[in-house]
Amino acid sequence: MTESPPAVELRGITKRFPGVVANSDINLLVRRGEVHAIVGENGAGKSTLMKTLYGMHRPDEGTISVNGAEVHFKSPADAIAAGIGMVHQHFMLADNFTVVENIVLGSEPRAGITLDFAGARRKLAEISASYGLDLEPDELVEHLGVGDRQRVEIAKVLYRGATTLILDEPTAVLVPQEVDELFGNLAELKSEGLTVIFISHKLDEVRRVADSITVIRRGTTVGTADPKTVTARQLAQMMVGSELPTPQTRDSTVTEDLVLGVEDLTVLLPTGRPVVDSVSFQVRRGEVVGIAGVEGNGQAELVEAIMGLHELSAGRLRFGSEDMTDWSTRRRREQGVGFIPEDRHRQGMLLDAPLWENRILGHQTRPPAAKGIFIDRTASRKDCARIMTAYDVRAPGCDTPAVALSGGNQQKLIVGREMSGNPKLLIAAHPTRGVDVGAQAAIWELLKDARSAGLAIILVSADLDELIGLSDTLYVMLRGRLVAQLDPAEVTPEQLGIHMTGAAA
Amino acid sequence: MNLVRRVGLALLAPALALIVALVISAIVILAIGESPLIALRELFNFGETSASQIQAVAVIVNRAIPLFLAGLAVSIGFRMGLFNIGVEGQYRLAAIMAAWVGSAVVLPAPLHLLLIIIVAMAVGALWAGIAGVLKVTRGVSEVISTIMLNFIAIGLASYLLTGPFRGTPEGSLTIATEDLPESGRIPGLNGVLGSLGIEQPRTELSGFLIPAIVIGIIMAIVVKRTRFGFDLRASGLNPTAATASGVNARSMVVKAMLISGGLAGLIGLPDLMGDTYHYGTEFTSGLGFLGIAVALLGRNNPLGIAFGALLFGFLDRAALSLQFAGIPSQVVTIIQGTIVLAVVIANEVARRIAIRQAERTGANLPTARPPAGEQQAAVPS
Repeated sequence: MTESPPAVELRGITKRFPGVVANSDINLLVRRGEVHAIVGENGAGKSTLMKTLYGMHRPDEGTISVNGAEVHFKSPADAIAAGIGMVHQHFMLADNFTVVENIVLGSEPRAGITLDFAGARRKLAEISASYGLDLEPDELVEHLGVGDRQRVEIAKVLYRGATTLILDEPTAVLVPQEVDELFGNLAELKSEGLTVIFISHKLDEVRRVADSITVIRRGTTVGTADPKTVTARQLAQMMVGSELPTPQTRDSTVTEDLVLGVEDLTVLLPTGRPVVDSVSFQVRRGEVVGIAGVEGNGQAELVEAIMGLHELSAGRLRFGSEDMTDWSTRRRREQGVGFIPEDRHRQGMLLDAPLWENRILGHQTRPPAAKGIFIDRTASRKDCARIMTAYDVRAPGCDTPAVALSGGNQQKLIVGREMSGNPKLLIAAHPTRGVDVGAQAAIWELLKDARSAGLAIILVSADLDELIGLSDTLYVMLRGRLVAQLDPAEVTPEQLGIHMTGAAA
Repeated sequence: MNLVRRVGLALLAPALALIVALVISAIVILAIGESPLIALRELFNFGETSASQIQAVAVIVNRAIPLFLAGLAVSIGFRMGLFNIGVEGQYRLAAIMAAWVGSAVVLPAPLHLLLIIIVAMAVGALWAGIAGVLKVTRGVSEVISTIMLNFIAIGLASYLLTGPFRGTPEGSLTIATEDLPESGRIPGLNGVLGSLGIEQPRTELSGFLIPAIVIGIIMAIVVKRTRFGFDLRASGLNPTAATASGVNARSMVVKAMLISGGLAGLIGLPDLMGDTYHYGTEFTSGLGFLGIAVALLGRNNPLGIAFGALLFGFLDRAALSLQFAGIPSQVVTIIQGTIVLAVVIANEVARRIAIRQAERTGANLPTARPPAGEQQAAVPS
């Protein structure tokens, strides 16, 4: 059988951002008329790759070919013209428009000076019928459920003539029945000769729906797999990289002094659903407690609850011998709780402000920053310089705006800041996310030293090696609950991954 | 190292914007069939004699003082991303309340002045505080609530003026509160000018100039040098990061609105205590909205706001002489509008250029590890 040229072929794609290599040497071959899954952990570089393919940014190296011809996309419009369409994870629909209005939005059909809605409606009916999308053109989008909205997004892409569809984590927002419907739609698309690129980290789904699988780890493609023969376990191994060295045992510095006691902590969403569900654990002086889990299982809310940024629905927090349940965030910080947030740009930095002001963020009520009601600018600058030296923050000086620093240097400043002022407890959420390898190793060293010095640390991370390597005690969080306590000296990343997806139950 | 360049860029942008605005205004003046050159001449025409020149300066400064206070009031909100559009209503209500209280009591001069000022600030703060409380308890956008409160305040002020607070007899042509007694008036600065050997202008140079400067300095210190100011600016730069750093966002919103409203309460006082001595139908209006423009011009920086207020005062002064030259005085409003637009656009462009430059220098920093760093195993154990 003669092979028609592949629908999409990527060769040696590399994409760098200041301080980070998001993709390096990516190779991907998608045949026409198949469902091709791309799997990898959060932060492995899947989204960056898809943005490259969809023309949202240009690769630094490598080539993209569509249907055998090399292409250079300057914008998504070029990608659409080449027949590539993207269905985003977060829907981009106008609620107060009807289905057909949403679909034509951005490529309105004209009949003279008026909009040709009749034509659009006809074309939509054709698309809806031939791919089994079952859409009602004049329904308002705000009346639609999540699954219907997703089909509107798919129809929108098809309406623009896409023959290759990129679906970015399409099942993340769907309930199981909707997932089944979606997979039915994908089968229809495939039978009509369309190509689907399916991004996911849910391994069972991938094995059900895909014709072939490409695995991405740490920004590069590590291999392909045949969904008919590969097991979820083998895929997990490829995703986390089982060849990585196992953590060495080391001396425990755990003491008996309780620093933080979390008792039956529950956080409810506005809808009344518990996002953190009666979680209890303890952290002692010199102990690193790791919290593993697939993102979105309540870790972020747990961290914010401990920092006092999220209201508790039930449960208590003990800090040493005191009850800190009702303390304000400021009081918690003043009493010695440090916080490395998971998203430094959102919660950790004032990007437009100079470094010395970022140094005192969160410390503005304490020395060296505070002097009565005033900010001590001299002392703050001096301490900023101390952190820059001690934590190897590379920047021209303390008056440089934070935005000028690479992610790794910003993160080192945050780590240095949060370890200043003798903290007793450090909450580190993804402390090495998005930083380059050198900064990552440096931050690990800093955390280890602090632990030896008696700091109690809660470590939330998506990097399983990091969790296993640093933790003294390791919990797995799934759907808001702590479902397993594992011994980091024994557990492998694969076992941990199985617990995280709930496959161990 | 590039401090000079940064400062240069910061000043270059408004200067360029000013020129662009003048060119646009010139086109408008041409379009209505008048000569831009004559308009320009009238703008700078302070008269022949030194007496008329000093008079022009006094008019400009007197006009700039309330504009400066209005700009300060608005800028406090802007600093933390709050849009207090209600300065207009806050100062009008504050002025009439202060006028009424001030005319109803008899106190020794310093206490009397203090009382009037405190009443004005309290009324302005309370009125703005309503919007702050609504925002933190009910999630009402302060833009909407302050605009609505403007209507209520202006209506309320009219009612009070024509009803309970009316000081002029029934049937009289002027409707105003009773005049402040001597002890509630702030003397002008002409006497001081005289003793300094400077020629005195025909109109009194407002005595509120000195308190305005002091307030400007205090606000600069509060915003730039205090913990409160840091919390305020952090909340404006990145609210989520400010919250994570321990700033109580809700109380910050209320405090910022109270301060903004308190400053707004002062806006009417230079007129009330130094010129008219009563609140009446002809009391200066619109200062609250002009304050928004002045705060934008001054980039929320007290010194910048002072320049913005003086620029507006300078343009307003020319309104009359333009009319004498046969050019409609509305030209001044057009110039002010285009200046604000041009300056805002120029500042934003300059900000983006500055960020891009900063990012570029950041990207060129030696981010490559030294060999020692590479030897550290990339294993977290």
